[in-house]
Parts: sequence; C-alpha cells; structure tokens
Amino acid sequence: MSTTSHEATGSDTPTVKMITGTIDGTDVTVPEGTMIIRAAELMGVEVPRFCDHPLLDPVAACRACLVEVEGMPKPQPSCAVPLGDGMTVQTQLTSEVADTAQKGVMEFLLINHPLDCPVCDKGGECPLQNQAMSVGRPESRFTGQKREFPKPINVSSEILLDRERCVSCARCTRFAEQIAGDPFIALLERGAQQQVGTGEEPFDSYFSGNTIQICPVGALTSEEYRFRSRPFDLVSVPTTCEHCASGCSMRTDYRHENVMRRQSGDDPEVNEEWNCDKGRFAFPYLQLERLATPLVRENGQLRRASWPEALRIAADGLAAARGRTSVLTGGRLTMEDAYAYARFARVGLGTDDIDLRARAASDEETDFLSGEVAGSCGPVYRELESAPAVLLAALEPEEESPIIYLRLRKAARAGTKVFSLGPFASQGLEKMAGSLVECVPGDLATQLDQLDDETAAALSQPGAVILLGERAATEPGAFAAMSRLVQRTGAEWAWVPRRAGERGAIDAGCLPGLLPGGRPLTDETARQEIASLWGIDPDELPATAGRSLAATVAQIHADAKAASEAGEEEEFSPELAALLVAGVEPDDIPNADQFLTALDSVPFLVSLETRPSEVTARADVVLPVAVVTEKSGAFVTWEGRRRPFGTVMPQPTSFTDAVVLALLSDYMDLATPPREVDDLRTELGNLGAWQGSRVSPADVPAGSAQQPGSGEAVLASWRYLLDLGTMQEGEPHLAGTRKPAVVRISAATAAANGVEAGSRVRVSTDTGAITLPVELTEMAENVVWLPLNSPDSQVLVSLGALPGDTVRLERGDV
Amino acid sequence: MSGTKLTPVITEYWDDAKPWSIDSYRSHGGYSTLKQSLETDPDDVIATIKDSGLRGRGGAGFPTGMKWSFVPQNDGKPHYLVVNADESEPGACKDIPIMLANPHALIEGVIMTCHAIRAHHAFIYIRGEVPHPIRRVHQAVAEARAAGFIGKNILGTGIDLDVVVHGGAGAYICGEETALLDSLEGLRGQPRLKPPFPAVAGLYASPTVVNNVETITSVPYIIRNGVEWYRGFGTEKSPGFKVWAVSGHVRRPGIYEAPLGITMRELLDYAGGIREGHELKFWLPGGSSVPMLTADHLDTPLTYEDMVEAGSMLGTGTPMVFDETTSVVKAITRWLEFYKHESCGKCTPCREGTYWITGTLEKFQGGFGQEKEVDELVELCNQIMGRSFCALGDAAATPYPGALKYFRSEFTDALTQPPDDLFSPSATMVIPSPAGVAG
Amino acid sequence: MSISEQTLAESRELAGRYPKARSGIVPMLHLMQAEVGMVNSDVIEACAEILDISTAEVVAVATFYTMYRMRTEGGEHHIGVCVNTGCGLLGGDALYEALAVKLGVGHNETTPDGKFTLERIECQAACTHAPVLTVDWEFFDHSTIAEAMDVIDRLTAGEEVLPTRGPAVRGWRAAERTVAGLDDGLADEGGGVDELMLAGLKVAKAAESGVDGTVKK
Repeated sequence: MSTTSHEATGSDTPTVKMITGTIDGTDVTVPEGTMIIRAAELMGVEVPRFCDHPLLDPVAACRACLVEVEGMPKPQPSCAVPLGDGMTVQTQLTSEVADTAQKGVMEFLLINHPLDCPVCDKGGECPLQNQAMSVGRPESRFTGQKREFPKPINVSSEILLDRERCVSCARCTRFAEQIAGDPFIALLERGAQQQVGTGEEPFDSYFSGNTIQICPVGALTSEEYRFRSRPFDLVSVPTTCEHCASGCSMRTDYRHENVMRRQSGDDPEVNEEWNCDKGRFAFPYLQLERLATPLVRENGQLRRASWPEALRIAADGLAAARGRTSVLTGGRLTMEDAYAYARFARVGLGTDDIDLRARAASDEETDFLSGEVAGSCGPVYRELESAPAVLLAALEPEEESPIIYLRLRKAARAGTKVFSLGPFASQGLEKMAGSLVECVPGDLATQLDQLDDETAAALSQPGAVILLGERAATEPGAFAAMSRLVQRTGAEWAWVPRRAGERGAIDAGCLPGLLPGGRPLTDETARQEIASLWGIDPDELPATAGRSLAATVAQIHADAKAASEAGEEEEFSPELAALLVAGVEPDDIPNADQFLTALDSVPFLVSLETRPSEVTARADVVLPVAVVTEKSGAFVTWEGRRRPFGTVMPQPTSFTDAVVLALLSDYMDLATPPREVDDLRTELGNLGAWQGSRVSPADVPAGSAQQPGSGEAVLASWRYLLDLGTMQEGEPHLAGTRKPAVVRISAATAAANGVEAGSRVRVSTDTGAITLPVELTEMAENVVWLPLNSPDSQVLVSLGALPGDTVRLERGDV
Repeated sequence: MSGTKLTPVITEYWDDAKPWSIDSYRSHGGYSTLKQSLETDPDDVIATIKDSGLRGRGGAGFPTGMKWSFVPQNDGKPHYLVVNADESEPGACKDIPIMLANPHALIEGVIMTCHAIRAHHAFIYIRGEVPHPIRRVHQAVAEARAAGFIGKNILGTGIDLDVVVHGGAGAYICGEETALLDSLEGLRGQPRLKPPFPAVAGLYASPTVVNNVETITSVPYIIRNGVEWYRGFGTEKSPGFKVWAVSGHVRRPGIYEAPLGITMRELLDYAGGIREGHELKFWLPGGSSVPMLTADHLDTPLTYEDMVEAGSMLGTGTPMVFDETTSVVKAITRWLEFYKHESCGKCTPCREGTYWITGTLEKFQGGFGQEKEVDELVELCNQIMGRSFCALGDAAATPYPGALKYFRSEFTDALTQPPDDLFSPSATMVIPSPAGVAG
Repeated sequence: MSISEQTLAESRELAGRYPKARSGIVPMLHLMQAEVGMVNSDVIEACAEILDISTAEVVAVATFYTMYRMRTEGGEHHIGVCVNTGCGLLGGDALYEALAVKLGVGHNETTPDGKFTLERIECQAACTHAPVLTVDWEFFDHSTIAEAMDVIDRLTAGEEVLPTRGPAVRGWRAAERTVAGLDDGLADEGGGVDELMLAGLKVAKAAESGVDGTVKK
C-alpha cells in the first residue's frame, strides 16, 4: 500500500499483438486470441449465443453461434475460434450458411423447451425467448412428445432447477467448477436426458446465485424471487453492495416500495460479473420492521415523538455534554455519512472520541489505520490477479471478502501462489490451491517475523502482495511485524476490513486522533487545513486524541463506579456524559455485556438507527435514518477504491445520517454543515489525502500464542460469510445454505481430550459454553476453532472470548 | 474366382491351440525384432510407419506415421499412447477378435509405438462390455511384463514402459478420441474442443497419440517385414492389409484378412455370397456411420479413396450386408435409436436432432408418418451434418439421406403401412422364428 | 458406509494404477458395483472420498455410462440382447421378446427373485456372430431362441453355462470385477477363437493348399 494514488502500470504491460480479420466485409483489428464472437461484438454484430460467456472457458456446445469462415468446410463456433490475421468471417448477416445453421440450432433448442414463458421468471429478459422471437419460426415443425421432468427441484435451499427449460449450455456447471470452485452441480446423464443435477450434497456455494443470472433460460431461479415479479415491471438501479469491503457493483431491481431482487453488476476492475449470495439475496432486512418515527424516553419508556421534539431533546442533551460525548459510528456507514460524523464530533460535540470499529480493535491498530491506511490506495484486484504470490494473514477471503477469493482463485488457476497464515487449511484455501503456513492465534506477529525462506522468497518477487485481515487487531504486534515483512520482501500490502463502511470511515476520520484524509489530529498543518475547511479556529478542534470504543466503555464504567461511590448529595460530573451511536450491533463487540451496561449507565444516549435494536432500546432519543437503498453515497473497497452509488428508492422514508446530524447542528445553533451527499463528497474530495508526515506506529513487540494447559486450547474463530448477521435476516432460503457450525480440533487434540470422531465437543469459559459436533481437522495441536457468529456458536456472546484466548475443551455429549 | 487373395497376417496363426498366448505369438516371430526396434532411433521408427503408408483403422483413415510425427519432441512433458479399443460402432467387429486371438501383436505394437513417440506410459482403453477380451489383454500385458518386454529397462535398452489396461463402462462416444481421453481422465466421455489436438495436449494435457487396436496391431508386422513388404499389399493411397469382418445376410460371416483394394464382390465371394435364395439389397463398407451402397458398388475397390468416390467411406472396414428381406426403414430407425442413445448430450444439433429424427422414424415404424416428414428428415439431418461438435452428429445424420437416395419408396410406403407388414421380420432373421409367431 | 474394507483397498489400488487417481473412477465404480449390486449413495460417497471430488462429479460420471446401475440393484445374472440393426433384425428382436416373456420382465428390469436383469443392449462388436446374446457380458453368439431359453433354464437350475466365446458364466458381479481390471485367472478359458473368426484363414489355407499361410502377394 502506498499513500500516493494508484497509477495504471502502462510501461510494463506486455505488448499485445494485434491482428486484423474481416467480418461481414469489414476489417476489424483485435488483440490476438480474441474469439470471433467478441470481435464481431466490437463492430456491433451480435452473433447469437447461449453457452458462450466471456468469463468462462469456451465449450462450443450450443452451436448457436456458428459462422462461416473462409477456407473451412464447416460452419465454425465463433465462441471458440479466435479471429485469425487475414481471416474472412461471415456471420448470419452476410452468410446463408451461417444463417441457416443458426436457425437450425434454434429450432432444435426449442423442440424440448416448454412453452411456459408466461409463468417463467426469465420471461422478458430471456436470451432464448429473445432469439426465438427474432429469428425463430412462427410455428414449430416438431410434433413429437417434449421431454418431461418434475419441475422444479431444489439444488439448494435457495436455488431451484427446472430441467425442462435447460438447454445444457453448461454455464452454471462451468461457473461452479471454474469460477467458484464448488463443483456441486454437474451435468448428469447423457444425450437427450442430459440434465444439471447434484450428487449427494446440495449446491453448497457462496456464489450459487450467479448461476441464475448467467442461465440463458429460466432453468435456474431462486426461492426468493420466484414468481415475484416480471422484469418489465422492475426499475433497475446500479448500486454498490453494502455487505462487505469487496465493493461489488450491483444492480438493484425494485417495484413499488420494495426491492425485488439484486444482481451482480459488471465491473471488470472489481467483481467482474459475479457477486456472492449474501450480496445477492440478503436484502429483505431492508424491508423488515423499520423505525417509523423518532422516539424519546419519557418516564423510562420510549414513546413516539415528532422530529422537532426529538431533535430538540437530542440537541439539548448533546449540547449539555459538549466535550464529554463519545461517538460510535459502526462500520456500515457510507463514506459521506461517516464524514458527517467525523465533522459533527469535532465541531458539534467538541470531542475526538470517535470510533468506527464495532468489533475487536486495539490501540496498535488505531495507530496503523491512522498512519498507514487512511487516505491511501493499495494494490487493486488486477494486481492480485497478476501477483506471483499472495500471503493471507488473519484473513479468510471466501468468508470475509468473497470477491478477493474469486479473484485469487482466478489468479491461482493461472499460476499465482497463495499462502495463508492460519490454524488450518480452509476450504477456501484449498480451492485456491494455496499453502498453509500454520499459525496459532496470538502467534501471527511471531510467524510473520519468522516466515520461512521459501515463502519469503515467493513474496520477494515483484508484484507479490500481503493481505492483512481485520482480525489482525487481536494479534499483538502484527502490524509492526507486517511492516518488517514488507521491508524484508518488498511486497505490496493491503489491509482488508470486513465491513463495507470501514475503509470509508477511516478515510473520513472516524478514529480517535485522526482527521479526514489521513490527517493527524496533532499535526498543526493538518489542524489548520481542517479548521479552515470547517470554518472554525484550529484551537476549537480537540487538542488530544480521544477515546476508542473500548476506552469509551471503560470510561462510562469508571464514571458509574465513581458516581456510585459519590454521595447522594454531591453533584457528580461524569467524564463522559453522552453517547451518540450509529449502526452498532452490540453482539459484534467483545464483552457485549459491558457495552450494554455502559449504554444503560451513560447519562444520555442518542441512537441513529434504521431498525429497533438493543441500542435503540436503551436510548434516550432515537432518530430513524435511511437504509442503503434510500440514499446515495459511496463505500470504499479494501483497495481504497471509492464505489459511489445512487438512491434506489425515489421516496425515502427517513433522512440520511448526514441530514440528521445537520438538523442536530441547527438545533444546537451551530453553523449548518453540508448535508447533501454531493457536497460532502466534494468537500472530502477537495481535501485530498494527507501528504505530510504521519504518526509512526509504535514498534509493538511481537506477541506469541498462549500455552494452554491440560483440558484447554487456544481459541481460533472467524465468521462464516453466511451467519447470524442482522443484515441477513428475513431470507430463510439463504439461511438454509449456511455452513453448519462445527468445532474443529486436530485428531491428537481430540484424543488428548477424550473426543472421538462423530462426538460433540464442549468449548467453555467462565462466561459460558458452546457445544457442537466435532470435525477432526488437520491443524495445530491444542487449538480449537469454531464459527464466530453462527447458529449455536456465538463465540463473543457465549464465551466472552476472543481468538487467541485460552478456552476449556471437553467431550460434549457425556 | 476372386482376383484378390486373402492375406492372413494378423490372423495367420489364429488356428493355433492358444494363439493368444505369448508362446504362440513368439513361435510365429512375435517379439523377435523388438529389441532391435527399441534400439532404432525413434524418428526412424516414425519414418518407417510414415513410409509404410499405414492409415488409421478406427474409421477416419488418418496416416498413422503423420499422427505420430505431430507429437512435439523434447518438450519436457510425459507422452502417452492410448489404444482405442472401444469398438462400439454398429457393424464394427474386428478389434474384439484381434484382442481375443492376438493380443500380443497389439502389445508389441504398443511397445514399438511408445518407443517411437517417446512415451513411457500406454493405456489400452477397452469397452467395458467385453470381459473376455479384457482378460486376454490383461494377461498379455502380464506375460509381456514377465518376459521383460514391459517395465523398467526393457531388454536392457534402458527404455521404461508401463501399460495400463482400462475397461470402459458403456458409451459409444468414447470411441471419439478426445471423448476417450476425457473418459480416461475420469470424466464424462464428452468430446473436447480442438485445438489443442491430442498430439499436443491430450491425456493429462500432455502429448498423446490415440490409435485404433488394428492400427497398432499392424505395427509390429510392418517393423518386422519392412515398408516394401507392407506396400506390396493394397493400393498407393491405401497400402497394406486389413482385417475385414463381414456380417449380415451372407453364408459365411466372419473375419477375412485381405489387402485394401479388394472389392466387396470378392469379399462376398469369400464369405460364400448372399444367403441361399436371396439377393443383395444394400451394404455398408464400414459401420453404420458410413452411407449405404448397393449392388452397383460391388466392384469398387475397398480403399479409403475409392469409397469416398463412390459416395460412402471405408470406415472401420467391416462390411455389413443386407438382403432383400430387410426393411430399410427399420434398419435406419435402429441406427438412429442407437445414435440418440449414444449422443453424449453436449451439443444441441446431435442431442436434439437425434431425439427428433428418432421420434419421427419411430412413427414411420408404426406406419403413421406424414408425407412432408420424409423430406423434413433430410432437412433435419442437414441441420446436424457439419454443425455438431463431433463426428457422432455427422454419423447420425448419415444413414437417412443415404437410404432415401436408394430406397425412397420404402419411406413413403411406411406412411401408410408399418414396415413390419411390408417386410416380414422373421424373413430377415437368420435364426429359426419363434414357434407360433407368424412371419 | 457399506463398502467393505477390501473393496476400498482394491479401489485405491485401481486408482493408483494411473498417473492421476481420478482416472480410476470408471474401474472403481465397476468394482464397488460388483460388491453393492448397484451404484448407490454409499458407492458415490466412497468414490468421492477416495478421489477427493464432489459427489456431483461422481454422479456425473456414473450416469454417463450405461453399465452402471443407478440405485436399482442388478440381478444375479445380466442378460443382454443386442437389438441394433445387425443383430436385432437378424433375430435379436425375437430373442429379446422371447426372453422378456420367459423372464416376465422388460428392459432394464430384474426378475422378482433377483435372478436375472434383462437389457436391450447396443452393438457388442460381434456382428459377424449375429444375433448376439450376452450373459454376464460373455458372448453367446448366434443364439437361437431355443438356446437362449435353455441358457435361462440352466442358470435357473444352477448348472454350469458356457458361452460360445469365454469362460463359464459366474454372475454379473463377478464380471464387473473382471471389467474393473481385477485378475480372475480365466484368460485362457473358453477358447474365444471360433470358426467365424477363422473363416478367412481357412479359405486362405485351402487356397494355398497346405502351404503355410504366411503372406505372399
């Protein structure tokens, strides 16, 4: 990662040989290797196709794209024959042979295709239907019996398969094998009975929804969307996925007031044409019970209130706590909303207590994010693809940033070597043909320092990349150790957060001690730049770095303790008198109990939320805000790439966070800050990235793993992509594709603790216990892994422990 | 009497007590020149086969030496020889007899070929439905291994070779060489896109030669006796001899080994002619995938080039002969049912086309076709021919137009009358009819 | 899992014959089918586990080839009748009809006693020997209806039944083991070179009248 913006690598791009052929009498010059079908596209000639997909290996199976090539006796599949230099091609537009061949194939494709277009989800956007309508015969010559299959069948709880509609193009099966690496659907049987199907297990893939989108007929549909709408009744809006920091381009289709479906957008730089099932199917939460009006607390109870009343109470309460308020923004805000908070905290609330991290974090991480990440641009997806080697540290891309996984898998198929520092080789790593560098939680920094020569040599090749996941925050010394490894190898690096809003919020200045654009709070020049932008005196900015979320919680508890120790009559003045909380899910925070009791005891709590939550339940004032489809804004990918998106719903039911903060400013008699997305974005953009010196992260000594005693193990854990996350609520079919929760331990650890294959394991702490089936796994001794937030396995809540902590381990079914 | 003499070479000692044994094969010169051959420069072996003019006996007739020469040398990759012993084409029945009676000639051919193409690993892919030939080839490999002809440092030449006998599981399409390779890799036997051709990227993406059983079996005889000897048989463009398997309504169906260029009339003579009291109606030179011919073509030399000239193809060189009792409609329908059954499903024209054509022909079978369908079927065949992924589609599109050319009236007759009414099934049979079943 | 340890060990041995283990799937399926009598979930899962592929990939292969019985157990003996043109019209159709009546089952069906599975099969590469009947995939060449009936009767009675080319039939599952590539020691049994295979050689020898049959043009 570097703090200068990323520049296209123009000079070292290998020169592409260009060739010129003739299509339909017109010369066309394309890079050597370009298939005829795509060369034709470039000149505006669309050759029909069903099996062809630019991101899948050609199969030339459907034969819909046959064209005439001079010198070849038979018509050729234009999807699989590269245009040659001097080659003369005639498509259906100029060749009787090509036209006849294509029409013949169309006729064959339709003989067994059911006439159920009127009830087919694909109807209206179906390539087969379109082709049939444009060149098909008005009446079929086929009078025989059509092939019949029971319809539809579930290939997973979300994906339905109608085999009668299938044209055996193998796009779905090729996608599953070539792109996702999940070959759990395949072509079965043969001849006219050939059909897509599963084996003994369902189509378990985080990317299964893509098969629906690339199916050229209505053979694959989702439970979520089936029979819900017609494409011509939908309004489509380009959007950016809010689920993670991969930053997928998407298309959101809505009808009336409801999002009906979401599909992958097409962005070759980011997600190509794919997205994950969470991004695709996890949107019903947007339409679950919303906060309709502001709420205020009266006599201990929340009641509905008008906006003026609620704003007045909130403004008065916050004004009274000026300089003694802490702001917790969560990791889900758009960059613009985050910027509004960063400004409101410093200007409106006179505090530098602001933290975007509703998760395990550390001061070491704060320094790292402020000093190295904020405002920077790092290696991008294409560089992952061309990297000779990639090291993953505290990161499981398939679970935590699925598009990184897809890109790395694509890279690995082309020769990139993937290494991963983790407790075991995950499925995702195996699908990337990656190598595990065994690392027990807590030991990451030491392992980075002691990386073997072979791996280090791989990382020393030009273009190699280190990707550090957000879980590094629980690894003492990891950030400093990574810096040392970067120095040792010269590798590029990037930090990969999980949530979509984290990178933008860092750039916007939602960390203690960090002003927008990576500016240190303590730097005079930086203070002046910001103060002038915000129309205040530099001295009005907080003088010293504020509190993180953890420090905030600790302070509130300390205040409460002091208050209880102070006498009844004494006027007690807490250090922290108010909290402003946006989009924070308490269960995501280590020691959620302490966080919730802090919310209970803080004197004044304002919550900006979309839905009722444990935070709103404890708030003094609740101000409803817009969900992602009701606003425009931008998320910033792990690369540092801004992903702006527009408003989907023309009539939002709530204000954006930025507008609410501006209203609060008004009620607090402050100068009105910018409130519109464009203004916020322009202001932040004009500010630019900080070019001055940065705070050097402290050289924290490398930590090492704990040494568990008998009956104990070191805890390892991360989230499955599909888990109990609140943004996945309301979609049971998607939930049905979640991986089952298991406990992973090595066979030796199992034996040492009396656990056998097939039995259950109880993992416990003083806080509580989790009992799950065991899956014996080739992994480090005395380490136990379980999913962080899955059904029956909520590690933070149930165990109150973090990865790297020591937990107890015993057989669970006795 | 016939002008072209039978020339038993591969079949020469099949009347031995156990011709399939290594002792029998060696007593007839088998393996006698193996060491010498292995000490010959591989390129010289390829040159010998090139010069011999040996052409592939699997049906396509591609020059064998040329195929071998396409294998890149010094590419650092392993090379493979795969013997296509998936004989499944209706009418083809020559490779199974060779493997039953003379597996060692095949094995010696494998060893010599591997040396020529610098392969150290050979696979013999035998269709699964024939356990006895599978046994015989397994045993031949074991015997050859015991004799030091297979394994490490063969006959002290420093050459290593492993031979794996692989049984298939029932799929005609695996006779298509790239489908065979996919099948051998443990996949569905569906044909691959070409290029790359197997000689460059075949089995496990490595250079691979795929040759038919009879082709490889011919190799040791050519190496032993020389190019001149081999070219003494056959014609300029179709040199050598081959194992003709004559089946159908002839008096003595069976195996007849003779030079290429022999005529069907001569072969028929050797086979005793059409069965007593009947006359030739149509015949196919080499499997159901080649267009049918009639008595008009009996004097055309059975060579690759002359058969094309006559509007057919030599194919596998296993003539099927049918007399006047045979319903062409019924014969064609069975073949189309076969192609439908064996279509791999990969490409649309073959998958859907065979489904449609077979359905229509089955209506003809019942005597209720429509007149327009007689010509519509030709159109459908044209929609498959040259448009399908592999030659199976072309094969499926071949029988009907060929039959219509000579026997159109039989198809129009079938519009009103089931072929079984017009051609008594029992009259076509060569075994006694079931008692009580009317003819 | 109901696949025996021996079969699993043999399966691994089969896979080990190839440079890449996955090549062993076709023989492995034959072998496991020989034990289980069909390709069922146990077989599919065992193959997937040994080859480290998905069960969908196993099913994709297993359903492509006609010799595997998917999820329906095959009978003790497999009775095949070639009904392609060369055999079917020359007597195979009648053979099949007679057998279907005698066994009381249709295509791909197994008699209730589990003794026989009847199948209309495609060309067996024995067209010279039409019509061809197979029992446990051994050749019963040029079979008459009477001979076919006799074969069924003798198999029912548990008598030894010899094919025209090949060793005495031992049951379908034994044949599946042979096809899988496991040595049954029977290569020398059952002749296999019959009159029809010698037809040309005899003519040639007669023509050469005693001179040995080496080739002279």
